[in-house]
Amino acid sequence: MSTTIIEQVQIIDPSRGMDAIGTIIIRDGKILAAGPDAINQGRPDGAVIIDGRGLTAMPGLVDTRVFVGEPGAEHRETIQSAAIAAAAGGVTTFFTMPDTSPAIDDVAMVEFIRRNAEANACVNVHPIAALTKGLAGAEISEFGLMQKAGAIGFSNGHNAIQSAQVMRRAMIYARDFGAVVMASPKDETLGAGVMNSSLLASWLGLSGVPREAESIPLQRDVALAKLTKAAYHAETISCAQSIEIMRQAKDSGLDVTAAACVNHATLNEIDVGEYRTFFRLEPPLRSEEDRRAVVEALASGIIDMVNSSHDPQDVETKRVPFADATPGAIGLETLLAALLRLYHSNELSLLRIAELTSTGPARRFGLEAGTLKPGAPADIALIDLGEPWIVNENEILSRCRNTCFEGARFQGKVVKTWAKGRLVYGG
Amino acid sequence: MTIKSPFPPFPGRHLLGIKGLSPVDVEGLLDRADAAVALSRQPNKKGASLQGRTQINLFYEASTRTQASFELAGKRLGADVMNMAVAQSSVKKGETLIDTAMTLNAMHPDVLVIRHGSAGAAALLAQKMTCSVINAGDGQHEHPTQALLDALTIRRAKGSLSALTVAICGDVLHSRVARSNIILLNLMGARVRVVAPSSLLPSGIEQMSVDVFTDMQAGLKNADVVMMLRLQRERMSGSYIPSVREYFHFYGLDEQKLKAAKPDALIMHPGPMNRGVEIASNVADGPQSLIQQQVEMGVAVRMAVIEALLENARQGGAA
Repeated sequence: MSTTIIEQVQIIDPSRGMDAIGTIIIRDGKILAAGPDAINQGRPDGAVIIDGRGLTAMPGLVDTRVFVGEPGAEHRETIQSAAIAAAAGGVTTFFTMPDTSPAIDDVAMVEFIRRNAEANACVNVHPIAALTKGLAGAEISEFGLMQKAGAIGFSNGHNAIQSAQVMRRAMIYARDFGAVVMASPKDETLGAGVMNSSLLASWLGLSGVPREAESIPLQRDVALAKLTKAAYHAETISCAQSIEIMRQAKDSGLDVTAAACVNHATLNEIDVGEYRTFFRLEPPLRSEEDRRAVVEALASGIIDMVNSSHDPQDVETKRVPFADATPGAIGLETLLAALLRLYHSNELSLLRIAELTSTGPARRFGLEAGTLKPGAPADIALIDLGEPWIVNENEILSRCRNTCFEGARFQGKVVKTWAKGRLVYGG
Repeated sequence: MTIKSPFPPFPGRHLLGIKGLSPVDVEGLLDRADAAVALSRQPNKKGASLQGRTQINLFYEASTRTQASFELAGKRLGADVMNMAVAQSSVKKGETLIDTAMTLNAMHPDVLVIRHGSAGAAALLAQKMTCSVINAGDGQHEHPTQALLDALTIRRAKGSLSALTVAICGDVLHSRVARSNIILLNLMGARVRVVAPSSLLPSGIEQMSVDVFTDMQAGLKNADVVMMLRLQRERMSGSYIPSVREYFHFYGLDEQKLKAAKPDALIMHPGPMNRGVEIASNVADGPQSLIQQQVEMGVAVRMAVIEALLENARQGGAA
């Protein structure tokens, strides 16, 4: 029996509405007690005592959108290397996207991810399986069998479903299994550009992606969710138009949720500067008005969760002209630190941040995570909210360095992370 | 050597765009180019100011006239000029732009002229090269030497660019020439109009310090200069405009539409022309057309740019 006790720590637990100074007792990988009264449990002999004064503990983050390079592009990221990066960012659970080579579109591939993660990842990993075979957008994949094998949800990843008919059938079929259909809504033809459609793009000579390339297919998906009564989750929404669509969908009682990538809550199109390819994202960084709308929706609850959309890209896909670069940025290590900017600017409370990054996604996808209540697995992020630090590319743990936050000044750093029953970072 | 100082030094090692230049920089280059015109009109056209220097032309997009113009410009200044035939090179084998640049850089060129289909390609190269880089067109971003040669052509015909009304007509959306010209003409005090169907205008065009016209007669009214843009063949049928004949009817420069402009209005085109698409032959070959002069000014402007950059690099020490 091993016991760890974190004393006099600020406990943030949205599952119990708790924001209080107290004690957390971890025994054999589970939370024995966490709260102001937990001190009454006493200190067993041999317990590891951590002085939590000045520190904050919250449920480990659940990142719902992570691209790994395994299988097929292990030089970019393996499940193991992604997990190490995750632990450093306080992320104790992440979902892998099916965009691998080959795609995660059958039972064997789902099992491969599960087994690989079981053996090599220091945090919890759940595969999102392909919504259609080979991500080709034509034939729906084996939702039932893959769900049994451990698929947490179904998405077509970067290859958004273009056919409304395919989407409709996927939703109808998924409903029978209670599976969540996930999507990054994008109209391929309207969205064929490389940065937000704006004056800035026009001066740079870059083709624009209008907001409608996202909002039109999102509107379609929401309408189909209503038609089929399916559970639908928009993986990344980036603009005010999409937020309004989500607001209406939720008001009419549909089983729909939405996430935003932390980049779209903290950066805007101006960050692209003079062709900085690390800021080529999908969806593209939008205007400041859109960013503000995203932040407001995070606070109001129209957007349910925040993810990193961690997408490692190497020099061969990033050290090229902007329009030729592959979209995407890493983010597991900086997800929480970046989001804390909105805490320091008084736009989000700590409880809300924990809800958005942990409790919310855990609830949506039925995970035993996102909580510090007694009996829960000890997935915990211990944070020093006051710690200033600067992102240094040489200290990045991910195999790729395509961060949007190189040189960024953050306040708030993860000091220790517990996952899968043990200390996985800061030991 | 006729073209040497006293010209103001150029502020920088590269010419990546018109953006960032001052009116003094532009006037300085145009003055220098005027002198280069004189050299080019002599029987003996060979200067020696760049003797021993190496110029590499790296063209990822096929271009007969711009590449020839840069080649002649370098040779008239005495430089050794090498043309990289990209179509037959390792680029075809998948080498990235940066790797190609690093390889060329190791050969110690003094100036690299690049044309590439992607916006920002010249700027990307400039970060990696120790030599001067000249942007000869990067995607839909900028084509600075074209704007400079247009300015030189206008200045020699009208004396100054200030207070002239210049109508830029055609496919502004996809045109790097239009972007560079909009910046340069505004910089030099001209009034800039753009004339095009809305489907060929970039988003935010009304915030680019131009007056926007979708009616060509109105757009050409009292114009001093009419700049036509080339319409790419792949954009002619259906995707941006319905057909060539409809485009010519509404946006092709013919004698009738030209009457709206001032009687002595200059007609320009960066070439190569699509006769009967954006411009009628009798107008292109007519007395107001400066299209051939533009080609001559192109060589002179490129001589001026290459020399100004290299003179600057010399003064600035090891480049």
